[in-house]
Amino acid sequence: MEAKSRLAEVMAKNVYITDTNCITPLGFDVASNWEALLKGQSGIQRFEKLGMLKSFYASVVNSDEIDAAFAPISNENHFTKLEKMLILALAPIIGNYTITNKTAFIFSTTKGNIELLEDKNNTVEAAHLAVLAKKISSFFGFSTEPIVVSNACVSGVLAIAVAKRMIQAGAYDNAFVVAGDAVSEFVLSGFNSFQAMSEVPCKPYDEERNGVTLGEATAAVYLTAIGTEVRPGAVKVIGDGAVNDANHISGPSRTGEGLFRSIESAFTEAGMAKEKLDYISAHGTATLYNDEMEAVAFNRLGINKVSVNSLKGFYGHTLGASGLLETVIAIESTRNNQLIASKGFAKMGVSQPISVITKNEEKEINCFLKTASGFGGCNTAVLFEKVV
Amino acid sequence: MQTKNYISGHCVIENNSVMVNGVKQFELEHVPFSEFAKAAYKNFNMDYPKFFKMDNLSKLAFLASEIILGSKVKEGEDNNIALVFANKSSSLDTDVKYQGSIADKENYFPSPAVFVYTLPNICIGEISIRHKLQSENAFFVFEDFNAEFMTNYANGLLATNKADKVLCGWVEYYQENYKAILYMVEKQGDLNIIKK
Repeated sequence: MEAKSRLAEVMAKNVYITDTNCITPLGFDVASNWEALLKGQSGIQRFEKLGMLKSFYASVVNSDEIDAAFAPISNENHFTKLEKMLILALAPIIGNYTITNKTAFIFSTTKGNIELLEDKNNTVEAAHLAVLAKKISSFFGFSTEPIVVSNACVSGVLAIAVAKRMIQAGAYDNAFVVAGDAVSEFVLSGFNSFQAMSEVPCKPYDEERNGVTLGEATAAVYLTAIGTEVRPGAVKVIGDGAVNDANHISGPSRTGEGLFRSIESAFTEAGMAKEKLDYISAHGTATLYNDEMEAVAFNRLGINKVSVNSLKGFYGHTLGASGLLETVIAIESTRNNQLIASKGFAKMGVSQPISVITKNEEKEINCFLKTASGFGGCNTAVLFEKVV
Repeated sequence: MQTKNYISGHCVIENNSVMVNGVKQFELEHVPFSEFAKAAYKNFNMDYPKFFKMDNLSKLAFLASEIILGSKVKEGEDNNIALVFANKSSSLDTDVKYQGSIADKENYFPSPAVFVYTLPNICIGEISIRHKLQSENAFFVFEDFNAEFMTNYANGLLATNKADKVLCGWVEYYQENYKAILYMVEKQGDLNIIKK
């Protein structure tokens, strides 16, 4: 009885995303990114030699443009490129709200400032994720201790679930979530060692896909349980799940068990029928195993006829930032009732049928699902509902 | 949020010793972690050869969790035990080794077997595989152990029925400095959760 009422109490608190922003090669705000996506533009470019890599494709933000955008915000010169990008992502949305001692600062990343290890003059301390989080949170005057979510490639989506869960637990009234990862030799060489890098811009779900393209970006959202802050254009976070495959540390489960259970958990919490789902913003890294696993999981759940895309063909795989960036774009799709074609896809390359979006189309979107899967067998799914 | 959750078991590994529920059960002084870890593995009669392939962070997390989960996981059943871990150095111990390998252009052979451990949540994956825990998992990084955050997060998982039990705590490893404090939170019983 008591457990039941406690559950009701926790579930009763509605949590909304009311503000979003992102910094990517396609633009330094949501509007410019949206315009570029509608035109089918990609941030992926070919680069020459780095370390022992002869050439590679990546989606990289221009450093000079970052410096130019950052100059009006601060003339301090001790920030790394990633730190500037994180500040640029947060700055425009932070001024719209009051930061209190019940406002959480949640940062998701996989490798943070890892490239600082390249220079032996830097201390290892400088590459600590908590140090990076503190630097950003101090810049904006947060009083609460930063929460760093570092759960491989699900970090960005999991950070939304963490924010919502902590707000529902009563620990915070609201939260700023920011995510970011940069392209470094560290990460490029690692994915290359796995032979997981595509020789051409990545092609999620396509017959000819053969690996990831890496990318860099930052994204930020504001989550709140304060009803007066909710306006048209907001989305409600209605359910989430983050379940492990328990199968293999560097490969996804062939049955998609962890993703299956994550999505089930999100639907159960939301109390929503799967038929109401309008759109899935999937992970779609364009590795054979990931895309196949997602197709299996979506089929097992009976949501394989729902329109699905991967944004990796536009942004590459931005690691810990990907889930948050892709949520920001999915929210924009919802606001505009507009589906974006899954770039790089031409012919079905997964064994079980899924409904990959092949051309931009208008569609009323009331409810969408965001998923991600990563090394260590982790998966995360979050369900969102439009607020009219 | 009112809770009646309680800690049903805990394990602390530091200073080359293993404390189980407050009682020292193993110690091996004056040896490096790798040797201590191997000896602890044998002392507790663990039988899981994959242990020897893990990086040190995973070995540390594995040892502490194995001691607690040994009696809690029921084979053949759906054990809905969430894993919620945190630390300070993320995977920096392995990151530094990996960076060292790619910095040497003459011997530039990054190993996927090392690279995969450049993520702190891999230790959670190892434990999940070991006990077939298809359950909630998350890895966080804080400057110091954040008891309040962990308590709120674990209580939330239990209150929303996303987990029946939560194994949570701190697993920090950087070079020879290490500490694991893991504890199991359950919803039965009548003791309030202990803040450590």
